[in-house]
Amino acid sequence: MITNLIRRGIQALFVIFAMTLIVFVGVNVIGNPVDILINPDLNQAERLRVMQNLGLDQPLWRQYLSFLAGLAEGDFGDSFVYGRPALGVILERLPATLELALAAMVIAIVVGLPLGLYAGLYPDRLSSKLIMTGSILGFSLPTFWVGLMFILLFAVQLGWLPSNGRGETAGAWSFLTGDGLRHLILPALNLALFKTSLILRLTRAGVQEVIAQDFVKFARAKGLLERRVVLVHILKNLMIPVVTIIGLEFGSLIAFSVVTESIFGWPGMGKLIIDSINLLDRPVIVAYLMMMVVLFVTLNFVIDICYTLLDPRVRLDGKG
Amino acid sequence: MTALLDVRDLVTVFPSGGRDLRAVDEVSFSVNRGEVLGLVGESGSGKSVTGFSLMGLVDAPGRIASGQILFDGDDLAKASPEAMRSLRGRRIAMVFQDPMMTLNPVLRIGTQMTETLHAHERIGKPEARARARDALAQVGIPSPEERLDAYPHEFSGGMRQRVAIAIALLHRPDLIIADEPTTALDVTIQSQIISEFQALTERQGTAVIWITHDLAIVSGLADRIAVMYGGRIVETGPIAEVLTAPKHPYTRGLIRSVPSENSRGARLAQIPGVTPSLAHMPQGCAFRSRCQRADAACAQRPGAYGSDSCWHRCFHPHEEALT
Amino acid sequence: MDSKLADAAQIAPPKPRASAALLRFLKAPTALIGVIGLTLVVGVAVFAPILSPQDPYDLMQLDIMDSRLPPGSESFTGVPYHLGTDGQGRDILSGIMYGLRTSLIVGIVSAFVAALIGTTLGLLAAYLGGRGEALLMRLVDLQLSFPTILMALMVLAILGNGVTNVVLAIIVAEWATYARTARGTALVEREKEYIEAARCLRIPARRILLRHMLPNCLAPIIVIATMQVARAIGLEATLSFLGLGASVTQPSLGMLIANGYQYLLSGLYWISFYPGIALLITIVCINLVGDRLRDVLNPRNAR
Repeated sequence: MITNLIRRGIQALFVIFAMTLIVFVGVNVIGNPVDILINPDLNQAERLRVMQNLGLDQPLWRQYLSFLAGLAEGDFGDSFVYGRPALGVILERLPATLELALAAMVIAIVVGLPLGLYAGLYPDRLSSKLIMTGSILGFSLPTFWVGLMFILLFAVQLGWLPSNGRGETAGAWSFLTGDGLRHLILPALNLALFKTSLILRLTRAGVQEVIAQDFVKFARAKGLLERRVVLVHILKNLMIPVVTIIGLEFGSLIAFSVVTESIFGWPGMGKLIIDSINLLDRPVIVAYLMMMVVLFVTLNFVIDICYTLLDPRVRLDGKG
Repeated sequence: MTALLDVRDLVTVFPSGGRDLRAVDEVSFSVNRGEVLGLVGESGSGKSVTGFSLMGLVDAPGRIASGQILFDGDDLAKASPEAMRSLRGRRIAMVFQDPMMTLNPVLRIGTQMTETLHAHERIGKPEARARARDALAQVGIPSPEERLDAYPHEFSGGMRQRVAIAIALLHRPDLIIADEPTTALDVTIQSQIISEFQALTERQGTAVIWITHDLAIVSGLADRIAVMYGGRIVETGPIAEVLTAPKHPYTRGLIRSVPSENSRGARLAQIPGVTPSLAHMPQGCAFRSRCQRADAACAQRPGAYGSDSCWHRCFHPHEEALT
Repeated sequence: MDSKLADAAQIAPPKPRASAALLRFLKAPTALIGVIGLTLVVGVAVFAPILSPQDPYDLMQLDIMDSRLPPGSESFTGVPYHLGTDGQGRDILSGIMYGLRTSLIVGIVSAFVAALIGTTLGLLAAYLGGRGEALLMRLVDLQLSFPTILMALMVLAILGNGVTNVVLAIIVAEWATYARTARGTALVEREKEYIEAARCLRIPARRILLRHMLPNCLAPIIVIATMQVARAIGLEATLSFLGLGASVTQPSLGMLIANGYQYLLSGLYWISFYPGIALLITIVCINLVGDRLRDVLNPRNAR
């Protein structure tokens, strides 16, 4: 078990290392930083001076080493736009994005899991068929367009909810104030839409797979209450794939928040990265990408551990 | 003496393509207290569905269409779901075919045992655990106390089947339905499990319906036998009588196809053809498409001929004993 | 040994009849709706220059006087704007017709190229095994642990904006799915006796791959590719909406929706609303067809 964890930890570190190489090669070799960083109006001498300042005249491996050194210290250079360290600019926006993603995740689980369970247990009911049709819609609807329609309906037409920004925050969080909570509703719903459908469909598929197993029939043959059969025997087996998905999808929620944040003017990392790409703010872009890499590798690592805790069969394999 | 279980004209159907296919077709049999009935047939003959019908566990959209299941005087075919639930595991228990599949992989053995107790009795946790431990010891599982905390995958197939049997016996049921409980096991384990099962049920006075396709197992185990083909019971009677002088051509073919020591070198008899699927079951006698004695009369449904306890459904029964 | 002989159908598993499969496919009403809808959408896109009331990119035809007209209005010269006009006085209906073209091309091209690359690599990995396979599958796992939009953002951050780069980004983000599926099904096939037989008969590797392994992987690949076209269209629209994709001169549906964003708060809903509906119809129809394809092509569901 422990050795297994260490092995996976080393793998994770290796992946991060590989990704630094990819990002570095991508940004410095494929995309030409000279074109991006240097004003084309400068003359040759000035160009050379700027390149020396930025270390772009060095051989690539040396550039990569200094990139790694900066990385280790969390130093990605100063943002061209904000004139402050790029990582700091991003970290300031982290709470907003985390809050949005968490809220969306909670909505997706609270809505998707019970509905999926219901549709899986009673697949022939009309209500189940309606739920499944709805989930196809949830899959097909382009998130950003739904966001616009939310604004149109709830903000413009009905005037119930605000459509822009985080509103009043308490500390780093919006949901602690009434105004902040009202600002959170539309973006969170929008971001949750796709994941709700996903969790719903996965849960339903899982239920149908588990329910056909002999051990469910055996549980019934033991005379257990239907409630226990569903909530313990079926649900516990479902939790393994569902927890994995929830973990993986949390990362994807953070990534997809770029769309929702751009629509609702939510001041998080997603909106920042889009602005940065459009403004060619390279240090921020690199810092964001590296942060995402670390985030996803860590997430996968954590999911692996959860998986091990949930499934006794994996636990034994780890020992052996 | 009234029988513990008296099944009368049970019909279980599965709707398919707009009509109801009869997986169990007017099946009647009875089981007395403490008696072992061997329910024998090929796969697809409806023997397992019969077992699940008795438990009220027929998979939707299948359902019991008609007939009676009199258990200790109550008709289970008309019982409420809650009444059935309270009966299951307490008075009628079941052991399944594949021990690798019957235990929930993510729950500890102890949990899967005590939950069975909690489902039917108001009982404290320590007491439930003690009883679960005793039940494990009873089926011959070493160091039962520690094993309660183990997960199913830490057991071998034979051990898992012992656990399943221990669970079935927890409430000292009146009847156990054993659905091919040894088919998936190694031959050496098979005989162990059978003899232990036999001893335990005898001691508790539990009646058993042993569902199998293996005549050899049933011959040493059952008091009576019922042979199923195409959803119907084609012949039933005391085990000795049926095995020595089978009347129905199908029973005869089944017995002939069991390899035995004295027929070494001789060509093993086979029943020609394959079991027809439910959708293509012949009218009248279901076996007539494979039967050498069949003639025009067999297009009618044969009745039950013989005594109450020993009868067959054939217009052209064999009269002589097997040699 | 005549390899053609051995290659003949007897050692390969029988293939389902195409016509029977088609009939089964059309049995479900949803599939029929999907096919009809998709035919309409593709037809509109192909014949946009003939069908559309206006060439939205011909600046001569645009009249700034006609900008932001609600649906059902008429132009200065009496031409009806069924779905209204946008900020430049462009007919929304015509914009949608032309936008569909960009969206469909991006979706189909990227899904096709990704399928080609992914399937080839997946099959090769399964056939060759060993180090190469392990390395490729590691890469696939790694790739798939990142959400598509992040991969796309990464590519666009490196290469810059534009339609071609969006197509590239989608390919980079999606090839791994195909590779995994192709390898998965090929592995199952690899263990089967007829492949063993083919190898024993010294049928060349290329032939085994193309004639035996590929056809068996084709069903799941086609299903994924169908769904992926819808996903690619959605992703392209999203990226264009974020201002990273299509250029103003060749707008896709996403771009049209983005154009309407600024007018949304003033209640001029139609500029974003109708292109969104067109996008939705396209994606839903493709998904319906894909859903049904999966049911029909899955041997487990063949009843």
